[in-house]
Amino acid sequence: MSEIRRRDPRREWIARNRLHPEHASVLAEQGGSAASEWLGPNGVIRKNPRAIGFIGPNGIKRIDRSGAQQGGQVAGGARQGAQDSRRRVEIPEPAFLVAVVPELAGGRLSGHDKDLLGLARRLADADSERPGAVLAVVFGEHKEEGFGEAGIDRLLHLADDTYAGFAPEARLAALAAVERELAPRHWLLPDSPLGGADLGRRLALRLGERPATGVWQIEADGAAPLGWRCTARGAAESLDIQRPLPRLALALAECAEPVDETRHAAAPLSLAETIPSAFSRIEDLGQVAVDPAGVALAEAEFILSGGNGVKDWEGFHHAAKVLGATEGASRVAVDDGFMARDRQVGATGTWVTARVYLAVGISGAIQHLQGIQSCDKVVAINLDPGCDMIKRADLAVIGDSAAILAALVARVEQQRGGQRDAA
Amino acid sequence: MQPEQQGIEVAVLVSVGRHPITGRARRADQDARGLELALGLERQLPGSRVSLLHAGPRGEESESALRGYLGMGLERLTLLEQAEGSDAIPALAEHLAAAAPQLVITGARAERGEGSGLLPYALAERLGWPLVNGLAAVESIENGVATLLQALPRGQRRRLKVRLPAIVSVDGATPVARQSAFGPARRAELVATSAPAEADRELAEWQLAPARKRPKRLKIIKAASARDRFKAAAAKAEGGGGQVLKGVSAEQGAEAILKLLNEEGVLR
Repeated sequence: MSEIRRRDPRREWIARNRLHPEHASVLAEQGGSAASEWLGPNGVIRKNPRAIGFIGPNGIKRIDRSGAQQGGQVAGGARQGAQDSRRRVEIPEPAFLVAVVPELAGGRLSGHDKDLLGLARRLADADSERPGAVLAVVFGEHKEEGFGEAGIDRLLHLADDTYAGFAPEARLAALAAVERELAPRHWLLPDSPLGGADLGRRLALRLGERPATGVWQIEADGAAPLGWRCTARGAAESLDIQRPLPRLALALAECAEPVDETRHAAAPLSLAETIPSAFSRIEDLGQVAVDPAGVALAEAEFILSGGNGVKDWEGFHHAAKVLGATEGASRVAVDDGFMARDRQVGATGTWVTARVYLAVGISGAIQHLQGIQSCDKVVAINLDPGCDMIKRADLAVIGDSAAILAALVARVEQQRGGQRDAA
Repeated sequence: MQPEQQGIEVAVLVSVGRHPITGRARRADQDARGLELALGLERQLPGSRVSLLHAGPRGEESESALRGYLGMGLERLTLLEQAEGSDAIPALAEHLAAAAPQLVITGARAERGEGSGLLPYALAERLGWPLVNGLAAVESIENGVATLLQALPRGQRRRLKVRLPAIVSVDGATPVARQSAFGPARRAELVATSAPAEADRELAEWQLAPARKRPKRLKIIKAASARDRFKAAAAKAEGGGGQVLKGVSAEQGAEAILKLLNEEGVLR
């Protein structure tokens, strides 16, 4: 095909003349962006201000200057552009390694893990001439796909069954093998009760290092052995300890900003030596079923919460029992005497951190919404489609709460029954 | 059957705590919980012996704090006397190796000093004993194997089997300690022995300061255009984007909810 761009002066003229009867069809042929902006005959960009914008729902012309409204394809291209604006970083020959052991609670990188990776990037990228690489050691199965976006250059995935559950000795043997073979300059672990605090302290003793625990800030310091100083919390959060950063640090959440401007390779890595199987004196017998009613509301994982719209309280309690959910309530339900005061969710009650919050017949007063701010997924069952809880919810079902709960209970029982038959 | 039921030796490591508001010495909360657990074990396994162990300097303030533990119903406490600022781990390890208890209970971390929570790990490494952190309850002890419940976040529990001798550390998941009675605490005995002390030189080099408030993380909006930044700044925290099922039958609604619950994995 010829590279020469053919011009049709007549069509251009029609495109400029908005009173021409063929104006609309010519514009449509030329496409959205060509209509409002084109290269004039003298090489000057010409703009037609009248072609900008669109007719809004009330018949008024609206102009959206974000560039998002100019047709679906253009918006898609813009979004792709935004994704690609993350700089790709490859570190083929790292000067040193920063090893991070994320916890992957629930199979995904948590906020704490991402902060920790941000800290690792700060350590690795301090000298742009000789950058280090961030190595993540991941145990067990995971569902995470964004390892590269989180700032990981090398990924060592140990998906063996021996690392599942509480297996500190097996994990420690694997980390000791990493230390022998790759000898990272820094080790970073999250100081959190999900397992990072325990594993990190065991690893420190195995490596013979005195770790910094509760680190929340680091700064460069030429006088320190590794070139960094850290500030750590000590003595039940009442002391700030300033000390040189040791090889192994256990960091708190929000110790650094997570990575968001670059995209890294997350190249898979494997160890050359086989990891010696550790003799374990601790046997994991698995998680124990706990009574959900006994779990404190503030730390419950799954909450079934009832409000003014619940009429069938018997059915509500039955549903909570079958679903295995901790019960919560809105203020109205507590004031009316249907639930105990310690079950109240909201500004005056408990601020909950559940992963799934199932709100039944709660309209969503602002005090209640404050209380569920840190919940991941909110499911609402309500009769009123316009209430605030529906706007907050990730999934909302409009309908009679008693009927929906009963149907849900029936389905859960059917599912469990099916599983039992299969097993 | 009965020979297994004979009691075991339990050593509880206690420290001098710090009241979070007044800063006065007190019995440390986690250590007191550990002692409560040990006393419960004594009732569960008749014939068990609970001994208290502390390493540190002897002073008026620390003595009154240590007597707080004795007021929970014990007759004596072994005090390994050391100078201020010395490392407690070698002295404790030496004493435990000689006394050879079957179970050592400690708090997860101290309320004074570095408070790194490393002591149980260091002892476990030195003695070569297994360690379980975050203990919630001891279910049973039979034939030198203990069945323990470990506390996980979100109120969950995990059952573990550990071969004794072992070290367990206790945090907030065990029952709250009983009150300390003043009279028995005064009458009980502090058995002090001097222990080899090695100064903690590294700790002396660090700068300690009262904790300052951590800066709050700002919400940083990186947007190309002013319009996007304004939209992000003016947006409500809870934006929409949720799926709304309107005019569906109860069964369809329940099906959608069940799908979400299964995806999140909260149904057990």
